[in-house]
Amino acid sequence: MSLGEFLQRATSPWMREGGPQDDIVLTSRVRIARNLEGIPFPQLETDSHANQVIERVAKALNSPAVRKLGDFELVRCSDLSALDRAVLVEKHLISRDLAEEARHGAVALRQDEVISIMVNEEDHLRIQCILPGMRVDEAWRLANTVDDALESELTWAFHERLGYLTACPTNVGTGIRASVMMHLPGLVISGQINRLLSAVSQVGLTVRGLYGEGSEAAGNLFQVSNQVTLGESEQEIIQNLTGVVLQLIDHERAARKALLQANREALEDRVCRSFGILAYARRMDSKETLQRLSDVRLGIDLGIIKGVSSRILQELLVMTQPAFLQKYFGQELSPGERDVRRAALIRERLRLDDTEVHG
Amino acid sequence: MLCQRCQQRPATVHFTQVIGGDKTEYHLCDQCAQEKGDLLSKAAQAFSFNSWNPFQFNQLLSGLLNMESSPGFASPPLTQLRCDHCGLPYSQFTKTGRFGCAHCYDSFEARLEPMLRRIQSNTTHTGKVPLRAGGQVKVKKELQRLRRELQQAVSLEQFEHAARLRDEIRRLEQQLED
Repeated sequence: MSLGEFLQRATSPWMREGGPQDDIVLTSRVRIARNLEGIPFPQLETDSHANQVIERVAKALNSPAVRKLGDFELVRCSDLSALDRAVLVEKHLISRDLAEEARHGAVALRQDEVISIMVNEEDHLRIQCILPGMRVDEAWRLANTVDDALESELTWAFHERLGYLTACPTNVGTGIRASVMMHLPGLVISGQINRLLSAVSQVGLTVRGLYGEGSEAAGNLFQVSNQVTLGESEQEIIQNLTGVVLQLIDHERAARKALLQANREALEDRVCRSFGILAYARRMDSKETLQRLSDVRLGIDLGIIKGVSSRILQELLVMTQPAFLQKYFGQELSPGERDVRRAALIRERLRLDDTEVHG
Repeated sequence: MLCQRCQQRPATVHFTQVIGGDKTEYHLCDQCAQEKGDLLSKAAQAFSFNSWNPFQFNQLLSGLLNMESSPGFASPPLTQLRCDHCGLPYSQFTKTGRFGCAHCYDSFEARLEPMLRRIQSNTTHTGKVPLRAGGQVKVKKELQRLRRELQQAVSLEQFEHAARLRDEIRRLEQQLED
């Protein structure tokens, strides 16, 4: 199979679309935690409880209300290979916890992979909607619709004062975690990022790097999400997040413009060097891959590099991860082998596009 | 023992903080513990949400939760407190940060309240209400109101009104059972 075909099959359909502000916002994601009334939370679930939850979810997925939203396929994690589970984690469709403790877990996926429902993770259900670009409001509305549809068959654990009850008190209330993944190289290069991120944390939001490396996020990728789930309505949470993200987008655009004006040559040099390394290197570790991809994506956004799809960052972000590499090359790979294959895959991916570099 | 922070008041709060395998014991007076608590909750937020490491978060959560249990606290010792529904020992909750069932929220309410104040903006849900449970919530609230009104009517010897209230209460109770 050619890489083009593999990409077509392996990446989620939504990853191939664009979305509003997708030069800066990669994805918008909303996750809602729900638990069934009368069954212990997953931590204390017996095999029979866990099966009950899966069976009830399966029944709910077949209800007319849910079927209206599309076709879902429910799979028990124990029926998936460890590699397939890892691929689902790399596609952000299930959590690492669910993949690792697969005994009781299951996942329901809608065909387009926009909606995924994790079953028996920390909570009985985690409904997730993920969309490309800045569409957090739409992701919430969709997740809310799925919640309503499931509720036509299932009774949620709900407390009059505390709202939706969750296994961890950090999710109680709305059970909602909305997050926006942003590419902010301008703010990082211009040294403004820490100041902005600390401001963000003062308005009830949190920021983490893609791989939890704090503010020195790999690939200049940051996830901004709500921190509080109790005491604010879902709409307030979404509005607050949206407002802050839109401001961050403005700051990022201004920073990019200022960088180009102040020192175009240095920026072009950085972008083109990274492009050269990605195009010719024989070994790439994941950290350097992320940094170079971030530079190239910035170069594409600023018109320095032409002829390369702006989806390359999203695609290769997922494609160059361990499980995907092994899936693509069809064999188990040691970390050292992965670095060699990763470099090969990136070179191949760059050849898919007819690249031009404008100096 | 004197409070190790102010060295003036007697230490009444004893707790252990574990961060990344490093264990630190604190012996503090009520006042210093309160201040330390505020610092800790900020640290807990910073840790849990920036690095998203539930392990560290739970350890800090554990520190916070045990902090509530100073000697003389008017509740059973930690080792004995369990959820009366699922049997989850409170001590296990403080280790994992996860409840065993929905009833744990009621069983551990007194201890949960101060923590919710620290980690959430408020302690009352103002968002979405499920259609199914939501109807019941409304009925339950109405029942509470009617029962209060019934007590008042009885104490004022308004027996006719009380009888009407009693019938309405029965009707709603029936509705809940169905």
